[in-house]
Amino acid sequence: MSENGNLFLRNLAGFWKTFRQNKLGLAGGFLVLVAVLVAVFAPALTDYDPSDIIRDANNRALTFAPPEVHGILGTDDAGHDVWSQLVFGSRISLVVGFMAGFIAMFVGSALGIAAGYFGGAIDSLIMRITDVLLVIPDLPLMLVLVATIRQMELKISPLAVLIVVIGLLYWTSTARLIRSQTLTIKERQFVARARAIGAGHWHIIRKHILPQLMPLIVANTVLILSTAILIESGLAFLGLGDPTKPSWGTMLNFAFDRSAISNGAWWFYLPPGIAILWVSLGCILLGNVLEEMLNPRLAAHHLEGEAGMIAIADVESKG
Amino acid sequence: MNQTPMLEVRGLYKYFPVHQALADSLMRRPHSNVKAVDDVSFSLARGEVLAVVGESGCGKTTIARTLIGLEALTKGEIVFDGKLVNAHSQQPHIGLKQLRKRAQMIFQDPYESLNPRATIFEIVAEPLVVHGMIKDRKERVAAVKSALDDAGLRPAEDYFMRYPHELSGGQRQRVVIASAMVLQPELLIADEPVSMLDVSIRAEILNLLRDLRQKRGISIVFITHDLSTVAYFADRIAVMYLGRMVEIGPAREVLQNPQHPYTKALISVAPVPNPRLRRERVILQGETPNPINLPSGCRFHPRCPVAVDMCKENDPQLIELKQGHQAACLLVTKS
Repeated sequence: MSENGNLFLRNLAGFWKTFRQNKLGLAGGFLVLVAVLVAVFAPALTDYDPSDIIRDANNRALTFAPPEVHGILGTDDAGHDVWSQLVFGSRISLVVGFMAGFIAMFVGSALGIAAGYFGGAIDSLIMRITDVLLVIPDLPLMLVLVATIRQMELKISPLAVLIVVIGLLYWTSTARLIRSQTLTIKERQFVARARAIGAGHWHIIRKHILPQLMPLIVANTVLILSTAILIESGLAFLGLGDPTKPSWGTMLNFAFDRSAISNGAWWFYLPPGIAILWVSLGCILLGNVLEEMLNPRLAAHHLEGEAGMIAIADVESKG
Repeated sequence: MNQTPMLEVRGLYKYFPVHQALADSLMRRPHSNVKAVDDVSFSLARGEVLAVVGESGCGKTTIARTLIGLEALTKGEIVFDGKLVNAHSQQPHIGLKQLRKRAQMIFQDPYESLNPRATIFEIVAEPLVVHGMIKDRKERVAAVKSALDDAGLRPAEDYFMRYPHELSGGQRQRVVIASAMVLQPELLIADEPVSMLDVSIRAEILNLLRDLRQKRGISIVFITHDLSTVAYFADRIAVMYLGRMVEIGPAREVLQNPQHPYTKALISVAPVPNPRLRRERVILQGETPNPINLPSGCRFHPRCPVAVDMCKENDPQLIELKQGHQAACLLVTKS
């Protein structure tokens, strides 16, 4: 319906007007946008393929060449161009991070809504599973899972394994957040009215609960993205990435393995580190600001000065 | 005319279990309950308006919520149009979904009972969607339009794409009424529909309900704490105190000739728009007793201005005094 579309646009315009005022949010949005643009236009940003070996005049591989000698960021131990690795690595990091983040968000929201809405035994079951996942240290568990799945030689892309494992382990905080919010929405009178009309569970969840949760889910997704990207980097750094498709974490792993640090090749290990920082900082800034703006309970527009600080502290303690 | 009562409630009980502390549970103290509704029976004829009156916490809202199935009843029977409300019964019965197609509820707070993220069109059309009725788009728009028209929101098209926060309290309650009437229900359960509204708007909403009733002949259970709105359009009045009906009868009869001391006290403090008229007011002493540990005997005796010794021991039942006028008081039955 066109009139609905107009309303959506009007809301969007109002949202942008508020968002524009927020410097932190703008900064976060800028960081994320740049990373996404780099990933999309990667081939246009570099002359080399990440697997090309750069050779000097004598046709010998140019190893550990500093930026002054070759290209923008020099070469690595095997003579690959670092800048093109960085640019193409953004695709892997972002795709793995985003897909894992979306899986986590989807699973967490679905389980959180089910637990909060139905309550009782379903709630207990889901929350106990959540508790178990929360107390198991994530990283060792993921290492074991990823390594075991690789061993089984299922002919799945290693990146897909990474995505699924991160996605299926990182929904716990989302599930708890969504559950608690669902519990409050469920008790509101418009849900009672929907029940009194004769609406079924599916209708109530879809039409009454989900629309109220949407802002929270959006903000939480952006925050989960940063976690997923960090986790992907961590696993790749520990050698669980796909060596044929290097992400930023894989680059760090190579740099560490091949003694880039003792060789003083800062152009090899600093850029991927900064890139990871860049994206996760951007996601966190954007996510916090979105959460603050979209979650009416954290709304701080009318608070000034110290009271505003309290609202921000509230956001941080939740994150 | 169909002689089956629209609604019949027989021996309705609704207890809310009190959460037990660990110590109590270890000491094996018995579970205690909040006796929100404690043995209530009444019936409602087709096209009749029954007002249920009582102070906060007397169980009138619980009755409304139990009638539409929002609360499961502890004991008793609800019979809608001759059919028991319970899908698992051997007798002729009606399921909740069917009941909710033919009976609708209006809630107290118009600010809370509308989904803030749904348009007025979506809200009013929702019952049609839920029950899969009037699937044709044009007809559905027409049905929503006429429901909004009947509820006094004109021109209806102007409201279709608005959100609840763009409307005033009175307009919102009209939307709630439009949404309740779009299915053409036979029974309307109105839980304090005007208590959250400004006095100036109350009369409009009450007029609207009265018109709908006259036009469509629907039965209404009208729940309120305000006797002055009751006098306005109820056929019969039921007075509740602490989960029990203490008096029920034709509206005029109950208001002019109240029998139970609680009803007398309620009527004596209702404001009358005549400053010269001096009446003797009965001000009740003390607080409403705790509905977990009810007083022995008549539950009204600790506050009753005319209580005598036997009131502490005997729990009075509703006794027919005149045609259709019943009261539950030992003193009344004696005289």
